[in-house]
Amino acid sequence: MSTTGREGRRVVITGIGVVAPGSMGREGFWEMITAGRTATRRITFFDPSRFRSQVAAEVDFDGRKLGLTAHEVHRNDRFVQMAMVAADEAVADSGLAFGTGGADDAPDPDRVGVTLGSAVGATMRLENEYVAVSDAGTHWLVDPRYASRFLHQALVPSCGATELAVRFGAHGPATVVSTGCTSGIDAVGYGAQLIEDGDADVVIAGASDAPISPISMACFDTIRATTANNADPEHASKPFDARRDGFVMGEGAAVLVLEELEHARQRGAEVYCEVSGYANRCNAFHMTGLRPDGIEMAEAIGLALDQGRIDPDEVGYVNAHGSGTKQNDRHETAAVKRSLGPTAQRVSMSSIKSMVGHSLGAIGSIEIAATALAVKRGVVPPTANYGVPDPECDLDYVPNTAREQKVDVALSVGSGFGGFQSAIVLASPTRRSA
Amino acid sequence: MTGLLVTGIGVVAPTGVGVEAHWSSLVRGEPAIRPIEGFDTDQYGVTLAGQIRGFDPKAFVAPQLMVQTDRWTWTSLAAATLAAQDAGYEAPEDAYATSVFLAAGSGGNEFSQHEIQGLWAKGPKSVGAYQSIAWFYAASTGQLSIRDGYKGPSGVVVSEGAGGLDSIGWARRVARRGTPAVLVGGTEAGVTPYALLCQATSDRLSTATRPEDAYKPFDRRANGHVIGEGGAILLLEEPGAARARGAQQIWGEVAGYGATHDAHHHEDPAPDATQYARAIRLSLADAGITPDDVDLVLADGAGVPELDALELEALQRVFGGRATPVPVTAPSSWTGRLMAGGSALNVATALLAIRDGIVPGTAHLDDPVDAPGVDLVQQNRVQDVGTVVVLARGFGGFNSSLVLRRHQEEQAA
Repeated sequence: MSTTGREGRRVVITGIGVVAPGSMGREGFWEMITAGRTATRRITFFDPSRFRSQVAAEVDFDGRKLGLTAHEVHRNDRFVQMAMVAADEAVADSGLAFGTGGADDAPDPDRVGVTLGSAVGATMRLENEYVAVSDAGTHWLVDPRYASRFLHQALVPSCGATELAVRFGAHGPATVVSTGCTSGIDAVGYGAQLIEDGDADVVIAGASDAPISPISMACFDTIRATTANNADPEHASKPFDARRDGFVMGEGAAVLVLEELEHARQRGAEVYCEVSGYANRCNAFHMTGLRPDGIEMAEAIGLALDQGRIDPDEVGYVNAHGSGTKQNDRHETAAVKRSLGPTAQRVSMSSIKSMVGHSLGAIGSIEIAATALAVKRGVVPPTANYGVPDPECDLDYVPNTAREQKVDVALSVGSGFGGFQSAIVLASPTRRSA
Repeated sequence: MTGLLVTGIGVVAPTGVGVEAHWSSLVRGEPAIRPIEGFDTDQYGVTLAGQIRGFDPKAFVAPQLMVQTDRWTWTSLAAATLAAQDAGYEAPEDAYATSVFLAAGSGGNEFSQHEIQGLWAKGPKSVGAYQSIAWFYAASTGQLSIRDGYKGPSGVVVSEGAGGLDSIGWARRVARRGTPAVLVGGTEAGVTPYALLCQATSDRLSTATRPEDAYKPFDRRANGHVIGEGGAILLLEEPGAARARGAQQIWGEVAGYGATHDAHHHEDPAPDATQYARAIRLSLADAGITPDDVDLVLADGAGVPELDALELEALQRVFGGRATPVPVTAPSSWTGRLMAGGSALNVATALLAIRDGIVPGTAHLDDPVDAPGVDLVQQNRVQDVGTVVVLARGFGGFNSSLVLRRHQEEQAA
């Protein structure tokens, strides 16, 4: 049985846009993560002193300076604003001439889709507005007189997909994908499926999250998922290291332009890589807990490789979820060993969350952006802050220094609250006749 | 090729708990929109909603799970239980053979408001251990997959009111890639102080105080909509798999689906219904049928005059060439708009109409607007219903259309 929708329709990435902590745009992001520089710091958005975890990877973001209008900034939560900026960069990078009516590179608007991932949507705006309408939590019955008129958009995060559809005149299928911390992989995977199934030729796919707010920090504090290493914020995110003590909250966005291969070829587009496979499975185990064996993630990885008819030994790089919690990094190491077999012992595997933190749903797309750039440019970003090996995490995590390495096939994987496990396979266009 | 089959329906809605309770309430025209209970609405200017009465979450959700989850998740878990019971579905040995692919709209509202209130009034330590898993949009899907042991590819889509149909569109992609059973649909629980305020800022809520004056789609006195809670979850199965397990009941077949976006404005609909009409046409083409083959349309029925007019324009564009006007009804007028849950509930209603040959009328449609080429159904009607188009729109310009068809055994061979 075919594991893809329609045989013959292949999906490539032709544009990348990134809004990440500690950097500006796609190139700033790439320079930062290949330099092994970290963007984690003591929280500046609010006074974190009453919180257990006081560290985050914040973006110094000003939508107005990045091309958004005053009204776009006014009506949209930060997560939508970051998605818009990342999408602008991705579309410019792709060379597609949206909205020019008749230009050679103008895609048919009816054949352009949008899939935007977000784990927590407009949580920051919802909280800020709640503080106003409840007088800082004094009243259960909120006062409409103090409400923004854009709260419906904040309540329902599909507004993010709408803003992107309107921005590029995309009349194809549009949706927000909200599968927690795998949202950013799933959004790109769904986007690829839209193209495979013949429902679109171009999809603006990516994810965005802006969760550095008191309620988000507090809710992860109580379950001790986030780091308490407040004394050394720059080195707080330690994936795969024996000293790791939780993830560092992050924020950001990445948007990719996905395109049907022939569509890209006909206009002579520059291709980063092919999206060769995508799969998602659930562990049906626990909302936050992971079994150490990694079976379901291994299942997702195996299926994603099968879709691209790729043998495990062809995988040269694994962009890890690597959140830096005790259980995740152990779980993921087991999943990679289980799915790649002997290849796991020689594959390069790194977590950029060591540098840009964990931006919940957004990070999956940011990591796909990093993986696509690694395939295109032959450089694998490192795991920063790596110093003390953990006997349970015994693979090659590319410690601290980027590695020049030709990568024909790369995996990016994610794991999220709710038990979601996702894997996506990116392959070099020179690997086979692409 | 035969589409996915609907083999089970679970309803938790203002019209009742269970598919038959919902149908009997709808057919009898029992008022489900009433003054809001549970909190004082004096300051909102909105006083009515479709709330679920007679829903005992304890009958469906274990006590330790109840404290970890919002009312939204309780209604999802209950609807999923009812759908599986209705289908006689037991989790197969292969845990990967079942997926959960739901639509979400607004998440765990009451739970989250409580925790944010505590945070600001008392400090970070007042936030409980379950906020991180109760509020976010994937909570119900995750809890359901864990409770029932479903490990297939699961997902959550958000497209406001269109979500219930879109979850079915995505489920077809999941099934196409080899997973034979998918739970779809969704529920909503936004009749809470802060979520009501958020929805009211859309300026689309009726401020009328009597139900008969409030949510009146296609009526000359339409003045907005009423919100509601609940929805429906349905079990879709690949025909071969349904047959192999001896499914006793087939509600109907998912024959076609189409989705577009207006891409016009961040809140206002496109002024010409072009993309809405295109979504309908895509679904008909996908089903391999023509407008003449459609027996009934379940409309989105926004209840806002401008939006109603656009929906009628889309219908006229697609169905205007028929010899007889297409019957159109808006059952959400009985329950209020349940956001993602509403379009899922309309799928259940459409399948009931196919089963019983009864078209429920639109509530409070006393003085219909002019609708050339469209037969607005005011009173219940007995007619054969073999093929139904269910329409849904999401705030901001999402347009979705689903074609459901009576299942013919011989087609399955």
